[in-house]
Amino acid sequence: MYAVFRKELADYLSSKRFGILFILILLAAVFAVYLAIQNIRGVVTPTTEFVFLKIFVASGKTLPSFLFFIALFIPIVSIAFGFDAVNSERTSGNLSRLLSQPIYRDSVINGKFLAGLAVLSVMIASVIAIVAGLGLRIVGVPPDSEEILRLIAFVLISIVYGAFWMALSILFSIFFDRAATSMLASIALWIFFFFFMSMIAGAIADARMPIDQNSSLEMIAKNIEIQGMLGRISPCTLYGEATTALLTPELGSLNPALLMISTLTAGRMLTSLPFSQSLLLVWPQVVSIIALAAICFAISYIRFMKEEIRSI
Amino acid sequence: MGQVIETKNLTKTYDGFTAVDKLNLSIEEGEIFGFLGPNGAGKTTTILMLLGLTEPSSGTAQVCGYNPTREPLKVKRIVGYLPEKVGFYEDLTARQNLKYTAELNSLPKKEAEERIANLLATVGLSQVADQEVRKLSRGMKQRLGIADIWVKEPKLVFLDEPTSGIDPEGIEDILNLIVSMAKKGITVVFCSHQLHQVQKICTRVGILAKGHLVAEGGIDRLGRQAIAGGRYRIEAQVAQLRPKLIDSIKRVKGVVEVQGSGDSLLINCDKDLRGQIAKVIVDSGDTLLGMKIEEYSLERIYKKYSREA
Repeated sequence: MYAVFRKELADYLSSKRFGILFILILLAAVFAVYLAIQNIRGVVTPTTEFVFLKIFVASGKTLPSFLFFIALFIPIVSIAFGFDAVNSERTSGNLSRLLSQPIYRDSVINGKFLAGLAVLSVMIASVIAIVAGLGLRIVGVPPDSEEILRLIAFVLISIVYGAFWMALSILFSIFFDRAATSMLASIALWIFFFFFMSMIAGAIADARMPIDQNSSLEMIAKNIEIQGMLGRISPCTLYGEATTALLTPELGSLNPALLMISTLTAGRMLTSLPFSQSLLLVWPQVVSIIALAAICFAISYIRFMKEEIRSI
Repeated sequence: MGQVIETKNLTKTYDGFTAVDKLNLSIEEGEIFGFLGPNGAGKTTTILMLLGLTEPSSGTAQVCGYNPTREPLKVKRIVGYLPEKVGFYEDLTARQNLKYTAELNSLPKKEAEERIANLLATVGLSQVADQEVRKLSRGMKQRLGIADIWVKEPKLVFLDEPTSGIDPEGIEDILNLIVSMAKKGITVVFCSHQLHQVQKICTRVGILAKGHLVAEGGIDRLGRQAIAGGRYRIEAQVAQLRPKLIDSIKRVKGVVEVQGSGDSLLINCDKDLRGQIAKVIVDSGDTLLGMKIEEYSLERIYKKYSREA
């Protein structure tokens, strides 16, 4: 498997895809952070906690936050790396040559998946490191140990999130013989989760628990809760919640109804959670993403191992 | 000389359709075996089963003493397979592609590099070894394919249509390579529809039709069986044909039938009697101008057997 891993890694790193995506993400991330910093300068007071983390979550006037960009780009990069993993080997006639070599069949997809994940990890970690360095230079406030821990956790969750999309796109690359089809299928699923899932969740919540101006607080809370639960079907939501909670220690809960109430009860002091509590808060989300990735990978694995080769 | 391949009632059924039906095939070490049959006859399926890429529905196979279903890795270590539509990583050079194969076969790096350089020279690709594969012609890619299966120094290779879509010169090169592989002691199973190529290099052929092995053996023997009812046919040209000569040839032991027309004689006999017949002709005072034993074209044999099935 090591041979496959090494070859795939070299392929990814020397591919045009990698170069283009890396530059694109880096530019977007640097601009987002730069503008966010311009913006938070006015807001920050000497008593503000976690200034450094604000770089990542604050949005500029014209651009969304760094967090938004990362959430947007991770699926795109993962899909770009995985969508033709198996079917391109098939169409190019390499798969039959590969499978007639003395290697276990699963080492082909294991090697590809791990190589893709390694490249993705390097990409995420370096983008975050570059942005953090830039932030440090402009803001001039060094991160404390807790902020560093939170950032590391953020990187890890991002990698897990990338692993899900990579597993999904490899799955499609096994099921669809044409690379174009598997890319479209992956992108379609991503668009559905990223853009439409919240709308659908809202529509269903409104149907189950209609609310208007006269509705009681309880009903509104119920509506929002349904919406939140349904939204969590989408891995995009899970990732969004997990990273927001990690990078915003003031966030005491991920229950949307509770959040709404706490914003309504004006004047309530938001106390920051310690790192361990934030981690506890996002744990279900993280486990869900891992589970989704594992399911996708398991299906690809079974399909690829059991696939009857008729003519190759 | 041992058996490299031996199958017993090897059968493969795909959702109700029998692709290979109770195949009993045995191939000896060192021979070039022509594996023939119309498209869809089950040749590729048989190869895939012998490589352990597909599981047989019933029956067993032995490849170099291993069971490919139970020990696919051991089989793949010593068996090379050149698929019909072979492909390489287009962005890598010819050498890099072979290096990857060597790595997958866990060859030590230094040994692999030497072997690859030698092989590239053997297949005549030394000049283009460091060019990207996308720049190579079809014939070059096919020769690279042969180098690719040679990297692991196999005992047995399966070549599936290695000459399709290649110019005559390229075909010549590939056939020569196959012969030189066999000379190095590698058993070759050669699948092709180009029957004259098979006839040129194969020592034995097997014809598969609808999953059955309908004929197997040397081309000569198959030809006699298929076309002449197991007999030899000798054609002789003489200066002046006299009826007396026909009678005296008929008296030679083993001659079954003699036909004469113009100045040529067509003789059917049980064995190769060219020597005796020539003597009879000369003794009769006639002049023998030429004599040849009929060669059976594989094409006729093939047509006969695949039609019967």
